[in-house]
Amino acid sequence: MIASIAFYLMATATVVSALLVVTARNPVHSVLWLILAFFSAAGLFVLMGAEFLAMLLVVVYVGAVAVLFLFVVMMLDVDFVRLREGYARYLPLAAIVAGVLLAEMIMITLAVVQGGVAADATTPAVATPDLTNIEAIGRVLYTDYVYFFQAAGIVLLVAMIGAITLTLRHKPGIKRQKVADQVGRDAGKAMEVKSIPTGQGVSSEELS
Amino acid sequence: MDNGFWNSPLGWTLASTGAALLISVGVLLAVAFLLLADRKIWAGVQMRKGPNVVGPFGLLQSFADMLKFVLKEIVVPAGADKTVFLLAPIITVILAFMAWAVIPFAPGWVMSDLNVGILYIFAVSSLGVYGIIMGGWASNSKYPFLGALRSAAQMVSYEVSIGLVIINVILLSGTMNLTSIVTQQDGWIWNWFAFGGGAGTWPTVLIMFPMAIIFFISALAETNRPPFDLPEAESELVAGYQVEYSSTPYLLFMMGEYVNIVFMCAMISLLFFGGWNPGFDVALIGLPDWPQWAANLFYLLVFSVKIVFWFFMFAMVKAFVPRYRYDQLMRLGWKIFLPTSLVAVVLVSGWRVAVEAGLI
Repeated sequence: MIASIAFYLMATATVVSALLVVTARNPVHSVLWLILAFFSAAGLFVLMGAEFLAMLLVVVYVGAVAVLFLFVVMMLDVDFVRLREGYARYLPLAAIVAGVLLAEMIMITLAVVQGGVAADATTPAVATPDLTNIEAIGRVLYTDYVYFFQAAGIVLLVAMIGAITLTLRHKPGIKRQKVADQVGRDAGKAMEVKSIPTGQGVSSEELS
Repeated sequence: MDNGFWNSPLGWTLASTGAALLISVGVLLAVAFLLLADRKIWAGVQMRKGPNVVGPFGLLQSFADMLKFVLKEIVVPAGADKTVFLLAPIITVILAFMAWAVIPFAPGWVMSDLNVGILYIFAVSSLGVYGIIMGGWASNSKYPFLGALRSAAQMVSYEVSIGLVIINVILLSGTMNLTSIVTQQDGWIWNWFAFGGGAGTWPTVLIMFPMAIIFFISALAETNRPPFDLPEAESELVAGYQVEYSSTPYLLFMMGEYVNIVFMCAMISLLFFGGWNPGFDVALIGLPDWPQWAANLFYLLVFSVKIVFWFFMFAMVKAFVPRYRYDQLMRLGWKIFLPTSLVAVVLVSGWRVAVEAGLI
């Protein structure tokens, strides 16, 4: 009973917040609703017994991706009036995209309901009940799909290097902190003790 | 828990609510006194007395502070986004308490024994940044905003190194369940993961002890403690993201911060320093013959002592170390901790594979 209450609660939260992502006037509010949508979707994952995926969804999307969204949206100087102007112009295109997505989703749902996909799809590779989700995923990920996994890693690495090369700028004439030099500096390197004869003093030439 | 009522939906709800309440009140009480301890230690280092007026030795200072906060007026700035402004501290404090749900205090004394416990903690702590960003943005003022941006960048950066350090522990223990991570560290002190985790894996002490130190430093940065308290650097940003906050919302921010600090102390103890294990063979004091509740109380005491010890270290660092500059903070996180912990992950997993393959 608690599970079904939780399901309806989180499902409603997901749908409503996803709707509000689109309709909210303030882009920052949109991102906040998006975060709520991610979070409720993670809750739905937990109810399905996929706790590992749920945690990953929260860590990756809510903890990292949405933070960057929020960062960018907050920094933008958004003009709300101008934002509204293009609404009518882009409506037809947006309607087509939305229509195609809707049709695809209905088709997939119908196919799953009628068993057309389930019959053909391979059964889960690991069905042993005493394995936890993490172990089950790990066993397939690092054996059967290890090349795909590595390829995904390389794609991410390339993206990372690309981002770094795009943003890295070497300006000439900038003083940079050299920690090793600072730490390595001692009294012997930094100063020189001169003995000054009493009553005579020193001239500035002698000091240099 | 074995009779029928506690397994019915109503009984289960009551039991979990009770457990949540017990943990929250316990943590809050602990935070109240640790906050005082923080101020006392800080004062002691500077040869001051610290709070000593309210109650004997100032013991009731935190409660007086709380009353004062609650009784003051809540000021919401005119241009602020009111809902988000008030939501931010609430989110901070809720998330701070949420993470405690998976902390095992003693054998069996854990509210929710998740098998993805560490990931859960990681997920909840990665959400913590939202309270600060939302607070900073909703205040509609530039100091809070700058503080929030700094804080977001800082917390996201140090989360990476904390995650990689935790992966080392997961690699050694082979589980993400906190209870079994702690039970693997029972017995003598060299079974603690900071000291390599026992007979089979003792050479990893060379990696794990530095990792424990990195975890401690990253925890300082993650909880915005000095020397990494850039988000609220008073010499630059007045008080960072909480400039515009007053009264109860401010209290919630501060409470969330301290609950997080105590939580990080608990995490260091759990992951690296044996959790509730006292560091010697418990059979020496005849613990297996004790009644269950007495043994658990003993374990709880050991765990609390460890938390208090790490909190003491947090307080000492606050007293001793001058604040980092922002670029130094980022340099430390990305150029030193990230590569070091990444190499450590490679070494520890290499060690595991080599042992399994019989090479060592």
